[in-house]
Amino acid sequence: MNTVISGRVWVFGDSLNTDAMYPAFAMKMDIPEASKHVFHEVRPGWTDLVEAGDIVMAGRNFGVGSSRPVASLLRHLGVAALVAEEFNSLFLRNAINAGLPALTVPGVTEQFTDGDTGTFDITSGSYRNETTGVAGTAPGLPELVLEILASGGVLARLADQGYLPKELAGVLRSGALPGGGTT
Amino acid sequence: MGMTMIENLLARKAGLASVSPGDTVTVDVDMCVLIDLQFATTWLQPTRISDPDKVAVIMDHAVPAPTLKDAAGGPKARKFVADFGIEHFYDVGRHGICHQVIAENGLARPGEVLACTDSHTCAGGAYNTAARGLGPAEVFSILCTGSTWYQVAPTVRYDLTGTLPTGISGKDVFLYIANEYGDATNQNLEFGGPGLATVPLNDRRTIATQAAEVSADFATFGVDDLLREFLAERGVTDYVPADADPDANYAAVREVNLSTLEPYVARPGTVSRNGVPVSMVERRGIDQAFIGSCANGQLADLRIAAEILRGRTVAAGVRLLVTPASQAIYREAMRLGYLQDIADAGGVITNATCGACFGYHMGVVGPGEVCLTSSTRNFTGRMGSTEAEIYMASPATVAASAITGVITDPRSVVE
Ligand code: SF4
Repeated sequence: MNTVISGRVWVFGDSLNTDAMYPAFAMKMDIPEASKHVFHEVRPGWTDLVEAGDIVMAGRNFGVGSSRPVASLLRHLGVAALVAEEFNSLFLRNAINAGLPALTVPGVTEQFTDGDTGTFDITSGSYRNETTGVAGTAPGLPELVLEILASGGVLARLADQGYLPKELAGVLRSGALPGGGTT
Repeated sequence: MGMTMIENLLARKAGLASVSPGDTVTVDVDMCVLIDLQFATTWLQPTRISDPDKVAVIMDHAVPAPTLKDAAGGPKARKFVADFGIEHFYDVGRHGICHQVIAENGLARPGEVLACTDSHTCAGGAYNTAARGLGPAEVFSILCTGSTWYQVAPTVRYDLTGTLPTGISGKDVFLYIANEYGDATNQNLEFGGPGLATVPLNDRRTIATQAAEVSADFATFGVDDLLREFLAERGVTDYVPADADPDANYAAVREVNLSTLEPYVARPGTVSRNGVPVSMVERRGIDQAFIGSCANGQLADLRIAAEILRGRTVAAGVRLLVTPASQAIYREAMRLGYLQDIADAGGVITNATCGACFGYHMGVVGPGEVCLTSSTRNFTGRMGSTEAEIYMASPATVAASAITGVITDPRSVVE
């Protein structure tokens, strides 16, 4: 797994909740269609602009709310990593389990603006705004979390371990997910 | 240094002498709960699971099925249950919102670990259980391996003093706390103190459930006589409670004097630092009133609503929806006459499910409408249109407001 992630950054505010990222009406749709409604209210049209390899950045209390698998939608859109000043722990776990790196960097939204290019090393926690040259260090991700990410998410790991048919490991690593999230 | 309630619980389950904030611990899970939505999308049946006796399957969020996708999930759940011999299966007809079914069947036990995908799983903290929403992938992993991990967070202690006044409920306590202290992201909440004895179990569960709204991790209550009695009625007698050490290390200790509380209302958007005493929003007109959800569709909530509505009429232009949290509650509330009182007043009683709470299949609110809800969450768009406003209050306040058509202090109606 690539533990140094570089990409264009989208900056969002505080307390971005799961219902704003994955509205109830989208829960009736399959992942590809549902992913067109991410941030439907906070930033209409965003899903047409985001590109593979981009990084979603937010402020405090990122992902407060439900357990619906927002990370699957973000992975489907090609988002490479999440960076926030503070994550809701359920949202953080969903991201890691979906194989989407999520790094906590206090104060980070003051160091980036929309469209900047950022580089984040999730092992060491060091980061750099390539556009402005601002750099810093935050705590890296714990070993247990890095292992899940290296497996491509918890479900791919379960397939590797034989809890799911082994031939599914590949597709699961790509971000597919058994079981809808909830409310 | 001593440990908090949740630290003691996690240390024991992890087989460690002590844990402190920042530690990552691995624990075996005593009860792993799967819900209907988990089967409704791209469910894959595992080749083997850890222990069928430690698994429960509860049909709750979308029953009876509102979409083909949900309908397709039912047979997958039933096949899974049959293939693995899972006895804790709560199919449509014995169903209910998972957190209610967990409680009424004694699946959340003191000192144990309970896992479920749903964010309001922290409800189980009312029963001294380490319970928390973990997401669908983690729950699937626990189903297979039997264990999970937590990063231990710092704990905030709430010491309740005084006496919960008549007409004030756990909802008011929570809305007061959420307004006063705001978010508790990556913190545990612990409730105790001499006033706790005056807070009934249903109110404790409302408070524990709503801890998710301030982004907390675990929210636990200690074991006392009220809880012991509640558990004994459900055949749960053999457990090891988790307690806080007298010299436990807290991130903060806060006193809440219950005697001084009044009815609270959260304004639309969030409950965090967004609540006001009911007197400050009184007379705001409403279109829909909702009593239900895992937090406030309990039997006591329906009793309170029935007592207020008995012999009165829901205001013209207002829809009152009442959704019992489980089939068991539905039947009991019917037997006790609560449903009759509510329906006679003009309320609509729905089947037990999550319903209007998450704007998925029933009681959706339209653009420009105002809803007063006793459910868990008042995010923009939560119950339907993003142009609707969702206020939150106790079942008593919702019932009283349904009668007048405007947000109303319930104490002015029952006087
Ligand atoms: S009632 Fe509402 S908050 Fe509770 S589990 Fe159902 S959808 Fe979630």
